[in-house]
Amino acid sequence: MAKMTYIKAITSGLDQVLKDDPKTLIFGEDVGKNGGVFRTTVDLQDKYGEDRVFDTPLAESGILGLAIGLSLTGWRPIPEIQFMGFTFEAMDGIVGQLARDHYRFGGQKNFPVTVRTPFGGGTHTAEMHADNLENYFVSTPGLRVVTPANPYDAKGLVISAVESDDPVLFMENLKLYRSMKDEVPDEKYTVPLDTAKVVREGTDVTIVAYSAEVNESLAAADALAKDNISAEVIDLRSLSPIDTDTVFASVDKTHKVVIVQEAQRMAGVGAVVASDIAEEKIMSLDAPIGRVAAPDSVYPFAQAENDWIPNADDIEAKVREIVNY
Amino acid sequence: MANGSKQIVDFAKIKATMADPYKHPVQVIDREGKVVDPDTLAKYSDDQLVDFMKKMVWERTLHEQTMNFSRQGRLGFYAPTAGEEASEMGSVTAFKQQDFLLPAYRDLPQMIQHGTTVAKGFLWSKGHVEGNQHENPNMLFPQIIIGAQYVETAGVALGIKKNGDEDRVAFVYTGDGGTSQGDWYEGVNFASAFQAPAVFFVQNNGWAISVPRYKQTAAETLAQKAVAMGVPSVQVDGMDIVAVHEVSKAAREFTAAGNGPVVIETLTYRYGAHSSAGDDPSRYRTKEEEKPWFDADPLIRLRKVLTDKGVWSQDQEDKLVDEYKDEFKEAMKEAEAAPAQKVSDFLKWTYNVPTPAVKKQIAEFEAKESK
Repeated sequence: MAKMTYIKAITSGLDQVLKDDPKTLIFGEDVGKNGGVFRTTVDLQDKYGEDRVFDTPLAESGILGLAIGLSLTGWRPIPEIQFMGFTFEAMDGIVGQLARDHYRFGGQKNFPVTVRTPFGGGTHTAEMHADNLENYFVSTPGLRVVTPANPYDAKGLVISAVESDDPVLFMENLKLYRSMKDEVPDEKYTVPLDTAKVVREGTDVTIVAYSAEVNESLAAADALAKDNISAEVIDLRSLSPIDTDTVFASVDKTHKVVIVQEAQRMAGVGAVVASDIAEEKIMSLDAPIGRVAAPDSVYPFAQAENDWIPNADDIEAKVREIVNY
Repeated sequence: MANGSKQIVDFAKIKATMADPYKHPVQVIDREGKVVDPDTLAKYSDDQLVDFMKKMVWERTLHEQTMNFSRQGRLGFYAPTAGEEASEMGSVTAFKQQDFLLPAYRDLPQMIQHGTTVAKGFLWSKGHVEGNQHENPNMLFPQIIIGAQYVETAGVALGIKKNGDEDRVAFVYTGDGGTSQGDWYEGVNFASAFQAPAVFFVQNNGWAISVPRYKQTAAETLAQKAVAMGVPSVQVDGMDIVAVHEVSKAAREFTAAGNGPVVIETLTYRYGAHSSAGDDPSRYRTKEEEKPWFDADPLIRLRKVLTDKGVWSQDQEDKLVDEYKDEFKEAMKEAEAAPAQKVSDFLKWTYNVPTPAVKKQIAEFEAKESK
């Protein structure tokens, strides 16, 4: 077992699937010799050859078309869309085609594509590089959407995503790439695609979060603990489907819940979790459902993004409000 | 710069000459039924030519019968194909069963030729999953998003190349309007960048619903667009089945040999409406425009050649039309007998492994459906 960054853990997972299955292919813009603009695919072309790990022309819709066509001829494609903001150029490929193709064939053909894409605020990127765009994809039947919040899950989830016969959108958080290290096994392991994880146990309130906001929630929980408020923190990991069983079990225990997301508040993942809890667990609640989300502006100009992204202080304040209701 | 001084580059000349390689569309039999390329025609036996004629009569009859079915409310969305018989039958017959076809919605006749049934074609139109499940697995369903089939073709072709499949290519169709899509360029360019085996057809039938070809682009031909991607291309008389077939065969051979993709523009015409769903061409085009195209009909010209050879008669054709009509009526009966579809099945097909929410919905719908 070695200490690994989030990005190294993803590289290690990709290395594993390239080794295990000769039909896997990694392709996209700059993923070959350059190893990706963040070095997520570093050295993989040298190790597995240009037939398996290759650069494409610069066109995201073309990359998705390539993935679908390669699936039709027996391959297991792992395309990279260089930044999540660029998925808009591949919207038909992901949502209009890939997610629907298994259904169109009446279940007779599989499209085992894993679309990897980095996202997330806090690293002062150019515009369209940091947006949390999961809300567009979690409303797409046929597509799974997962996003790890730590190195261990990053490796286990990327392996599960590639091994899944369903198409998966694998969202990699830019800020987490090199900001955290974890014990990550060198050998192969998987993390299930559709389960949330209780990352901190508590008894007074449940905080539901995902991706970088899991760390913010854990920091808030530390601060709250000083005042003897015991917060349970759940990392959703999978945004489609959402593991409501894990969320409900926690709500039954704490009777209070705060849902956190980095994305704008409008529609979206937090709203779905809130409505599921309201529908199934309203009698278990002792307080209104609390929500922490970014405001409904366009993603901010980079200089001011830290004023916009919900942080541990925002979460702590909301939890206090709900706990003291 | 003073008037009359020589400029460093003559854009006017470049613009005026860039379509020069495309001035003479490939033709074997002209609109009058005159053989203009006897050497090429001589490569075809009478039996082969008679078979071409039969296929065009088949497609024309299919068109007429589907228009009847549409009027009777027995079909859903259906794109009429009259006028495009030479372009469609001439091209598809140049490919082999192992080739992968990526059709659009006006390409049901090619799909049937490539290995599915007329009944399946009707089921697709009526909105039934069995209309997407074909005997020959080497084809997709008709694409609705114009251009999406082009980028997917690059992927299929690259997959064929990576598999090391020999004597196998991908082929795809779109119309003149389709060449304006970004996906058109991305598809052709990706196939070219990977030198993958693909033949890209543009059936230029003059109209993208109501928008005429000349409004799509100032380029004189659609074929010349391929040059920018390093892809050889050709314009062919799309009302001349022998020319279309000969060009398609050459393209298949070229690309299957590892030389990269080819683009073929067939010059054809959509006699009818865009679709059976209420489009009325009299809103946007005139009888004067239509007439020369009707006169250039692909059936008329091959019929003349075959009649001159003494291997075709009107009586023979009438009998065939009756046979085909019966075939299509039987196919409609078969399509109408397809089992009712269930929402629980739709849910089962949405994911390979159903999500918890979908599992719950499957149970709910199965309970409803068993009542």
